[in-house]
Amino acid sequence: MSKGNGLIPSKLHGADALRTASVGLRTRKLRAALSALGIMIGIAAMVGVLGLSESSKSDLLAQLDRLGTNLLTVQAGTGIGIGAGELPDEAAGMISRIGPVEQTSTVSTVDANVYKSDYVPAGQTGGITVQAVDVNLLETLAGSIADGKFLDGATATYPTAVLGSVAAERLGIREVTGTQQIWLGEQWFTVIGVLDEFELNPDLDRAALVGLTTAEDFLDHDTVPTSVLVRVDPDYVDAVTGVLPATANPQNPEEVEVARPSDALEAKEAADDAFTALFLGLGAVALLVGGVGIANVMVISVLERRSEIGLRRALGATKRHVAVQFLGEALLLSVVGGIGGVILGWAVTGVYANVRGWGTLVPPIAIAGGIAAALLIGAVAGLYPAIRAARLSPTEALRST
Amino acid sequence: MTSTVTGEGTAPAGMTDVVLSLHGVTKQYPTTPPVHALRGVDFSVTDGELVGVVGPSGSGKSTLLHIMGTLDRPTAGEVTVAGYNISDLSDKDLSALRSRHIGFVFQQFHLLSGYTALDNVADGLLYTGLNVHTRRDLAEEALLRVGLGHRLSHVATKLSGGERQRVAVARALVGTPSIVLADEPTGNLDTKNSDAIVELIRQINDEGVTFVVITHNREIAEAFPRTAGLLDGRIEYDTGVRR
Repeated sequence: MSKGNGLIPSKLHGADALRTASVGLRTRKLRAALSALGIMIGIAAMVGVLGLSESSKSDLLAQLDRLGTNLLTVQAGTGIGIGAGELPDEAAGMISRIGPVEQTSTVSTVDANVYKSDYVPAGQTGGITVQAVDVNLLETLAGSIADGKFLDGATATYPTAVLGSVAAERLGIREVTGTQQIWLGEQWFTVIGVLDEFELNPDLDRAALVGLTTAEDFLDHDTVPTSVLVRVDPDYVDAVTGVLPATANPQNPEEVEVARPSDALEAKEAADDAFTALFLGLGAVALLVGGVGIANVMVISVLERRSEIGLRRALGATKRHVAVQFLGEALLLSVVGGIGGVILGWAVTGVYANVRGWGTLVPPIAIAGGIAAALLIGAVAGLYPAIRAARLSPTEALRST
Repeated sequence: MTSTVTGEGTAPAGMTDVVLSLHGVTKQYPTTPPVHALRGVDFSVTDGELVGVVGPSGSGKSTLLHIMGTLDRPTAGEVTVAGYNISDLSDKDLSALRSRHIGFVFQQFHLLSGYTALDNVADGLLYTGLNVHTRRDLAEEALLRVGLGHRLSHVATKLSGGERQRVAVARALVGTPSIVLADEPTGNLDTKNSDAIVELIRQINDEGVTFVVITHNREIAEAFPRTAGLLDGRIEYDTGVRR
């Protein structure tokens, strides 16, 4: 300070400080780009991971919202001492009398195979099952029809079938013409509809669905429910789950399995969360390595630019001005890397989300946090080199050629 | 316009004629064994002088220049620059003193390679607090003074050695300092360019700028109006102002 000695203190305007901080970046472009790259990769990894997990989470929430979390499946358990269990005939009827149950739909597995025609050898079943179902199945499962129609009161009594998406593909049926026939249980069945994928019950994708009455009349099937699909008032899901086994099979409630298909989706998401944490950790490591890279480059830069430091001191720069210059350079490097990383992370999220058909959602906190993390790393990485540069005595700095 | 740069009016009165004075200046480096770079130097420069300081290598020339330029402090003795006794000044004050009162010309030019001649010269005013337009205007003026009006926007690396040193001289002049210190200004130049720089220094001195030129070249030093000889950290002879 000019303690009354009349000297006007040295001064460096903000814009000039920025300009001096960018000297190294402009004169050593490749090195600057490479050292910013480390930070960029770290930030991109973190932004990308947060963006992807957020995008997939929002997609899952939308999916759950659409499908509902109030679907329960009641199945006869299979296992040692139980064998392939069966539910009592009256299971669906009894379940529907539980107060909060809104809808039930019976599925009964038919012992029959499906072929494209009667010339196909019996062994080549294509893994397609035949299921006798209620006409309200589509509604209960929140499924949708890809082409044609689902079973209704009329078609559920005739030899007609609706194919799950995988079954249709295996039978080579892409669209429904109304005249296509399949060889089902030693008889010709007319295909009246093809379904979209079931998100909640993928088993039915590999099935040919026929009406319950059709199964009894044409396939000699004795309707025993294999499973009952139940839609429950969302507020009473847990309560209903508790009473379902005893209601479905009062004699052997322990043989009844109750599942909530939406749990599987959530479990999948939880598994993804574990990966998110892993990738975040990797991003943090990349960021750290990037920071070390910047510190390294800055230390070298200070050594190489001793004469510039000496010159600036001779021109009237204070120690602080020199420190500000080199700290500023480290910050610029890391901010350039940080912004690049955010853009890259966003792009990665956008491309991946697009491929998966999700909406791109990069949380603002990831962007702000990414840039803030880059700044912090830059500040830490630049501090030591900046102090070293400032402490260099002008004579020593000028002596080196 | 230039009066805003020097701030001369605020300097302590009484010694206006003497720009630089060293009194009993000693510099010792704490190595083992200790190096006595300067041993009691008495030396002063008055306004408008052109002094050549000559000495062989190891005579303490660089140390003398650093102390005159307030880049280093003496172990003992008194240094006064532009009326300021440097022992009264903090490191920060010394920076301020250098930015306004002392111009430097170095053997290695020390130009920023990616910058134009104009920007390099304008950087001579970077720490004075002047705005960028004023700095550039003054830089252009200074470049015209050293005969580089046609090289304003040339990048430093594209200039010849002689031109680079002219840019460095312009940078030293741009803040209208009380004194310009030149450290072997011709050391990296061939004879022709060397003569041209010496001629430039004389010409600028004629315009009233005070110069101290440090060199190992006796011929150059002795052609100046005043010559001081340095040997083993002592002023061996001082011709005073000739004629």
